[in-house]
Amino acid sequence: MAKRFRFRRGGGTNRLRLFRTTAFKLAAVYLAVFAIFAGFLIFYIAKNTTQLLTAQISEAVDSEVEGLARHYQVGGITRLARVIDQRSRQPGASLYLVVTPDGNILVGNVGAVPSEVLQKEDSSLRPVPYNRLDEEGRAGEHLALARVFALPGGFRLLVGRDVGERQRFVSIIRQALFLTVGLMVVLGLASWIFVSRRVLKRIDSISATSRQIMTGDLSGRLEVTGTADEFDRLALSLNNMLARIEALMVGLKQVSDNIAHDLKTPLTRMRSRVEEALARSDDMAGCKDALAATLEDADQLIRTFDALLMIARTEAGNSGLGFGPIDAAAVVADMVELYEPVAEEAGVVLAAEPQQGELTFIGNRELLSQAIANLVDNAIKHAADVPQPRVTIGLARVPEGLEVAVSDNGPGIPEADRARVVERFVRLDESRTRPGFGLGLSLVAAVAKLHRGHLRLEDAGPGLRAVLVLPDQELPADERDDASTTPPAAAALA
Amino acid sequence: MRILVIEDDQETAAYLVKALKEAGHMADHAGDGDAGFAMASEETYDVLVVDRMLPKRDGLSVISELRASGDHTPVLILSALGQVDDRVKGLRSGGDDYLAKPYAFSELLARIEVLARRNTPSEAETRYRVGDLELDRLARTVTRGGETILLQPREFRLLEYLMKNAGTVVTRTMLLENVWDYHFDPQTNVIDVHISRLRGKIDKSFDRQLLQTVRGAGYVIRDDG
Repeated sequence: MAKRFRFRRGGGTNRLRLFRTTAFKLAAVYLAVFAIFAGFLIFYIAKNTTQLLTAQISEAVDSEVEGLARHYQVGGITRLARVIDQRSRQPGASLYLVVTPDGNILVGNVGAVPSEVLQKEDSSLRPVPYNRLDEEGRAGEHLALARVFALPGGFRLLVGRDVGERQRFVSIIRQALFLTVGLMVVLGLASWIFVSRRVLKRIDSISATSRQIMTGDLSGRLEVTGTADEFDRLALSLNNMLARIEALMVGLKQVSDNIAHDLKTPLTRMRSRVEEALARSDDMAGCKDALAATLEDADQLIRTFDALLMIARTEAGNSGLGFGPIDAAAVVADMVELYEPVAEEAGVVLAAEPQQGELTFIGNRELLSQAIANLVDNAIKHAADVPQPRVTIGLARVPEGLEVAVSDNGPGIPEADRARVVERFVRLDESRTRPGFGLGLSLVAAVAKLHRGHLRLEDAGPGLRAVLVLPDQELPADERDDASTTPPAAAALA
Repeated sequence: MRILVIEDDQETAAYLVKALKEAGHMADHAGDGDAGFAMASEETYDVLVVDRMLPKRDGLSVISELRASGDHTPVLILSALGQVDDRVKGLRSGGDDYLAKPYAFSELLARIEVLARRNTPSEAETRYRVGDLELDRLARTVTRGGETILLQPREFRLLEYLMKNAGTVVTRTMLLENVWDYHFDPQTNVIDVHISRLRGKIDKSFDRQLLQTVRGAGYVIRDDG
């Protein structure tokens, strides 16, 4: 029972759905517009044609009257009667009637007309109902346009033409109107049902696929029929979006696996250390050492978390946040100055390449500096083991915008690994003996993305050349006043 | 020093108050924005430590209201939000320094002590002196025992910041923020190397070491003699 009820309700909804479609609304509007247009057109044609026909009748009647008047002048009522008698026998004749003063028909081809029509003084053309001569019965079976004249001696003359032709024409037109509108309604309904069913089918397929994707199957894609219509275009964009979401989800999974590994290791270490210290709680010095080491591990964990959060926020960030005009040359000089002592300690020569041209651009100074710092830090670490190690920071204007290149003459990165090293927690040094979290390049890539640019890793022959490509962009409107704000630390020192 | 801690987490607040007392300061605690505002406006404190997210009234609005009423007590903002734009927002509302959670207590203490010195005359001094080391801010010269020491501009600023806060511990992040104006974590011991260079210039050939490392906290310049 319940099943049938549901089915029926489903059927009802389905029928209602057809009426709720855009296609239905459009069809209804078009139908109404075309019906009004057709009605107007037909009304216009009918009116004009009727007028034309009336004018023709009027002309014919007038010329008849003129001719009859001449006969009357020549031969009086007798000649008139004879001429009318002759004419009324011809096929396709006009209507004639001559009535005697006492109301009897003298001559003519009209059976009967209402008597009040003949009594009127006015002789203009007017509609007159009449009976044919061969017809019995009441007057008014047919309609004519006729003029009535009073002749001397009390005779009355009626000259007119039947308007049956006109009536027929009007009825043809009316029929055409009904046919047209009817056909239009039928065709409109048919096309509406066809279009809506087709559209609904596509929409239903899209909805079904999205539901499937929502349940967790990210590999589902919308059907593309290949007709390149708007549904195909929509399906293509949605499919691109889905591909991007899927890629992000895969990346997220990979990252969470890496996070689990890289965060669990120090946590496990901390836990066992604390456990061991608790077991030997009488050894004060040992406990203190364990606490100090735990604190160090905790700090390291916090730093890793901070770096991860920063990457996540930078990746999800609004381009333009905290943006202002930056003198790239000054930032590079700052970084050289900041890292020069570290480099010297590691025996690495750190220098900025000679720069030229306009090197100011719009960006986030803090993030850009950190990105360069990460690249320099990496370069120093990797170049340190080769003879005559050297790290240079180049700055150049290219058609795309600005390029910041950090090159070293260390071992470099094999081409196959270059795409991978940008991922979070990926370190080519599998033994993980060098310091670092494997997050440095991820952050650089995220910063590049925030600036709508990208990070390119190339062979410096020998060594690695990491190029940060930063396209020129407009200063976002809401950041314009920020640029002039003095950094608080600078203010404190001044 | 009198310090007011406005922090809604009871445990954090209790730990802070206890640790500040152990460090030789007087500390009060307010548990929400309204109470914090009332206490800060009634009493005189040397430094306010304000959590950014507070019940009843948000930390930033407490600070801007205090500033609007003419109270210029130095404020240190504590926040779980550590991004550059969060920091800028915090400092714009009238805060003097910004520390992201989680933080080391040594970092917090160092910042509080530096903040408290803001209102002392050392800010306006043109000449700093620690033992026989002298720094002239106008002439931009450094001498020790009458001997001129040549410093790079950045080394000069580093020493200037250390000497302005002589006797107070400054952390590595404070140095990066105030001397280089960067707020990121350099992840390498860049600051330590700069300090050891500076030390080589001002302390190396002298018996008394003025620039000292405070383990687990940072650096301090002082004359122990």
